[in-house]
Amino acid sequence: MALDQSFVGRTYPPTAPYEVGREKIREFAEAVGDASPAYTDTEAAKALGHPDVIAPPTFVFAITFKAAGQVVQDPQLGLDYSRVVHGDQKFAYRRPVRAGDRLTVTSTIEAVKSLAGNDIVDIRGEVHDEAGEHVVTAWTKLVARAAEEA
Amino acid sequence: MTAKISYADVEVGTELPAQTFPVTRETLVRYAGASGDFNPIHWNEKFAKEVGLPDVIAHGMFTMAEAIRVVTDWTGDPGAVVEYGVRFTKPVVVPNDGQGAVIEVAGKVAAKLDDNTVRVDLTATSAGQKVLGMSRAVVRLA
Repeated sequence: MALDQSFVGRTYPPTAPYEVGREKIREFAEAVGDASPAYTDTEAAKALGHPDVIAPPTFVFAITFKAAGQVVQDPQLGLDYSRVVHGDQKFAYRRPVRAGDRLTVTSTIEAVKSLAGNDIVDIRGEVHDEAGEHVVTAWTKLVARAAEEA
Repeated sequence: MTAKISYADVEVGTELPAQTFPVTRETLVRYAGASGDFNPIHWNEKFAKEVGLPDVIAHGMFTMAEAIRVVTDWTGDPGAVVEYGVRFTKPVVVPNDGQGAVIEVAGKVAAKLDDNTVRVDLTATSAGQKVLGMSRAVVRLA
């Protein structure tokens, strides 16, 4: 069944702040095998012009995807999450995420489409820091694959 | 932000050093923990096959994280990335054979933009198949 077009433009309340920990950044950098000292060495990060260690570019997805869960699991939208795959992902950075940031995410449904039985939802997550400054925007395209014909 | 590469030193077509990234089941378990994405298709072979996949597949966000390293290792400052987007076209299948899979990433400067930024187009393949589409980053150079 096609998803309800009236959800386009809907914005969800900002999430509770996520505090970015330096050890969480280290764990993420190790998991992707990235030895850049900008992620683990405060002095190296400062030498690059950052106030503290920064997070790898895709780190913020863990925060925005959790926020997108509000949309995905909205019973009124009715997306079949068991059939959802990640279609596209894009980020636009005002500045890198860094240790000590307390980040909130405001998710908005940008588009809802049905193509060949697949339901497609585009979600924009605006990430702000504790001072209310914009840090990064994440666009996530989720595709709920068509159920097989019974 | 202090990229080590100068805007003046690159031109359209400049190739970035290509890299290969190994991925094993252990890699995926570590990534699951670090990212909080515990979807069993990324570590449970039985589950993956039940939902129609050939085997356990890598997180798309893991592949995305590796691909941008061709850019961040080149610039020297990961904070110099201004934009980054990909399309997940094919899964990276990770067999439990002690070897796993390899993701091969290449990049080249596709356009010189305003404000000392360039657009880098990336290609990522695994087992001869393109795994990311429309993989592009905008990065600010010195």
